[in-house]
Amino acid sequence: MRVNRRMTATVATAAVLGLTLAACGGGDTGGDNGAEGGGEQVEVFTWWAAGSEKAGLDALVGEFEKQHPDIEFVNGAVAGGAGSAAKDLLQTRLQAQDPPDTFQAHAGMELQDYIDAAQIEDVSDLYDEFGLTDAFPADLVDRLSSDDGAIYSIPSNIHRANVVWANPTVLEENDIDPEAEYADLDAWIADLDKLDKAGVTPLSVGTTWTQVHLLETVLLADLGPEGYTGLWDGSTDWEGPEVTAALEDFETLMGYTNDDRDGLDWPEATQLVIDGSAAFNVMGDWAVAAFEEQDKELGTDFTAAPVAGTDGTFDFLADSFTLPVGAPDPEGAKAWLETVGSLEGQVAFNKAKGSIPARTDADPADFSEYQQTAIDSFANDTIVSSLAHGAATPVATLNAISDATSKFTTGASDLAGFQGELAAAAQG
Amino acid sequence: MLKKLRRVGPPLLLLAPSLILVGVFVYGLIVANFTTSLTDNHTAAQATEQEPSAMVWFTNYFDLLASEDFQHSLMNLVLYTVVFLAGTMVMGFLWAWMLDKPVKGEGIFRSVYLFPMAVSFIASGVVWRWLLNSNQDEQASGLNRLFQIVGLDALQNNWWNNVTFGIIAIAIPAIWQLSGYVMALFLAGFRGIPHELREAARMDGASEWKLYRHVLFPQLSPVALSALIIIGHMSLKAFDLIMSISKPANYQTKVPAVDMFVFKSSFDYANAAAVGSILLIIVALVIVPYLIRTNREEKR
Repeated sequence: MRVNRRMTATVATAAVLGLTLAACGGGDTGGDNGAEGGGEQVEVFTWWAAGSEKAGLDALVGEFEKQHPDIEFVNGAVAGGAGSAAKDLLQTRLQAQDPPDTFQAHAGMELQDYIDAAQIEDVSDLYDEFGLTDAFPADLVDRLSSDDGAIYSIPSNIHRANVVWANPTVLEENDIDPEAEYADLDAWIADLDKLDKAGVTPLSVGTTWTQVHLLETVLLADLGPEGYTGLWDGSTDWEGPEVTAALEDFETLMGYTNDDRDGLDWPEATQLVIDGSAAFNVMGDWAVAAFEEQDKELGTDFTAAPVAGTDGTFDFLADSFTLPVGAPDPEGAKAWLETVGSLEGQVAFNKAKGSIPARTDADPADFSEYQQTAIDSFANDTIVSSLAHGAATPVATLNAISDATSKFTTGASDLAGFQGELAAAAQG
Repeated sequence: MLKKLRRVGPPLLLLAPSLILVGVFVYGLIVANFTTSLTDNHTAAQATEQEPSAMVWFTNYFDLLASEDFQHSLMNLVLYTVVFLAGTMVMGFLWAWMLDKPVKGEGIFRSVYLFPMAVSFIASGVVWRWLLNSNQDEQASGLNRLFQIVGLDALQNNWWNNVTFGIIAIAIPAIWQLSGYVMALFLAGFRGIPHELREAARMDGASEWKLYRHVLFPQLSPVALSALIIIGHMSLKAFDLIMSISKPANYQTKVPAVDMFVFKSSFDYANAAAVGSILLIIVALVIVPYLIRTNREEKR
C-alpha cells in the first residue's frame, strides 16, 4: 500500500512538473522565426488562396523570385469567407505580437485600426526609396495618406466599385437599348421598372455587403463625388435632404431586386445576370473574371458601364501590403514591398488577377479589353474611396453601416430611422 | 497533520494539472472576460494599450440591453429556443413512442432518425440554405418550389428572411438534426421502465392513457429534463447553423452569439465581452438549477 502511494505521488509530481515545463517552453517559440544566419525569408499573409486571386499571387511571387532570388517566399494565405477568416486570424496574431512579415489589407481607412493600435509602420520612406510617389496618381497617394502625411501601405492593384454589369440579350428582349448611357438614376429606374413589369428581375443583389456596395454607388450618383467624399470627412450632412433623396432612390432600387438576396454572395448574384435571370448587377470589376471564366465576351454577352450618374468618377478600392511593427524579417518584407510597388510586379500581378495596376506607367496594351477601359478611367476620372471595401471608413463604422443597411432592407426600420442610424454610424 | 497530507496529497497532486488548467483556461478566462466587459475598451488602440481604457462598470450592459438591436437579438434567441425545444421534444418523443412498440426493422429506423446528428451544422446549413430559398412564384426554388409542385402554393413564404419570425425557419434544420438524439434519450427511458410495471397497471385495470399518465410519464421525467437541458443550452449557444444559413450581418437572423462575433471583428472587445457574459448568465440560469437538483438527488 505504502509503495503504491509513493508511486502515485511520484507520478503526480512528474506530471505537474512536466506541464509546468511545457507551459514555460511555450512562450518563446514565435520569436526566432527567420533569425537564423543569412537564409532570409518573408511570410506574406493574404486571403488570396483560390481562383484569379491565387493566379495573381503566383505571378507576383514569380516576379519576386526574379528580383530577390536570395529571399525565400513563405505563403501565409488563409482561405475562407472572402477574407474574413484571414482577418480573424490576423487580428489574433497581431494581438499576440506574432505578426507576419507583411500582410494584405484594403488600402485606406480600413488600416486606421492597425495604425491606432501601433501595429503597422509608416512606409513613406519606402515611397521615396522606391520612387513610388510619382508613379502613383496624386489623387491616390492623397487618399492613402493619413492626416499627418504618413503612408502605411503600398497598393498592389486597383479595383473599381461603381460598375454595373448587364445582360444585353435580356435587355433587347424587353426593348431596352443595351448601349444606353444613363445620365442619372431616374433614367435607369425607368428602365428597371419596365423590366419589372415584364416579369424579369431587373437588378440582382446579394447579401448585406453587396447591398452596402449598391448603397455607396447610389450615394455617389446622387451626391456627386464631392458630396460623397464629404460624407466621410464630415462636410456633407448625413441628416440632410440630399441624403434622404439618395436613400429614397436606394429604397426604390432595392424594390427591384431578387427576394433571395440575403442568402447569396456576389458570385451567385452576378451569376443571375450571366444566366439571364436578371438584367443588371452592380458589382466591383472583379466580377469580370466571373464572366470571362464562362467564356462570355464583353460587348456581346455582357456589358460593363459606370453606374448611372457616376460616369467620370472612379470609386476605387485597393489591396495593399503593410510593414507590421515587430515583423520578424523586416528586410524580407521591404524586398516584398519593393516588388509589389515595381512596374514589373504590378503588371504581372494584375494581368493574372484582372484588376489594374496602381502605377500610371503600365502599358495598357498588356491588358484585357475591360482592364484597358478601367486603366483609362483611373487615369482621367475623379477618384473617390469605396465604403463597402474599407477605403472610406474604419471597420467599426462599416460594420455599423452594414447593420443599419440590413435592418432597413429587411424591413425592420423605415427610411428616417435608417438615415438616423447611418448618421450615428458615421459619427462613430 | 502529516498523515492527513499523506492521505490528501497524492490525489490532489494528480488532480492538480487539470485543476490548474481548468482554473486558468475556464474560470480565469471567464474572469478576464468579465473584467473586459466592465471597461470602455471599444477600439483597436485601446485593445493594444496604445490608449488608456477606463472602468465604466455596467454601462456596456445597460447600453446593450437598452438598444433596440440587441433586444431584437434576444427576442430571436427566445423564439429560436422555444421552437427548437418544442420541436425536438415532440418529434423525439413521438418517434421513441412509435419505436417502443415492437416494430420490424427498428434498428434501421433508429439509425435513420439518429443519423442527421452526425452531420455538422455547417454542412447541413449549406443544404438548408438552398432548401429555404426565399424566392417565390416564378423564381422559386427549394421548399417553395416543392410546395408549388404539390399544389400548395399558398404555403410559399420567405423563410428566414422574415424580419420577425425568420429565425424560426432556422430552427427547422436544428429540429431535423437533433430530434433523433432526443428520440434516443426517450427510447432509453422507455426501455428502462420494467415491464412488470406496465403489466401491473394493466392488471389493475388502468386504461392506456392512465398507464401513460401515471406510470410511464413520471418515470420518463428525468429523461425529459435531461433532454430539455441539453437541447436548451445548445440552442442558447446557437451560432454555426445561423452563420451557415444566413450571414453575420443579416439583421433578421441576429442572435447574441452573432452580435458577439460582429463586435469582436469591429475591435469592440468590451461589448463583445459583455455579450459573452450575458450569454453565460442565460445559460447558467438553465444549467445551474439542474446541476443543483442532480447533486441533491445523488446525495439522497
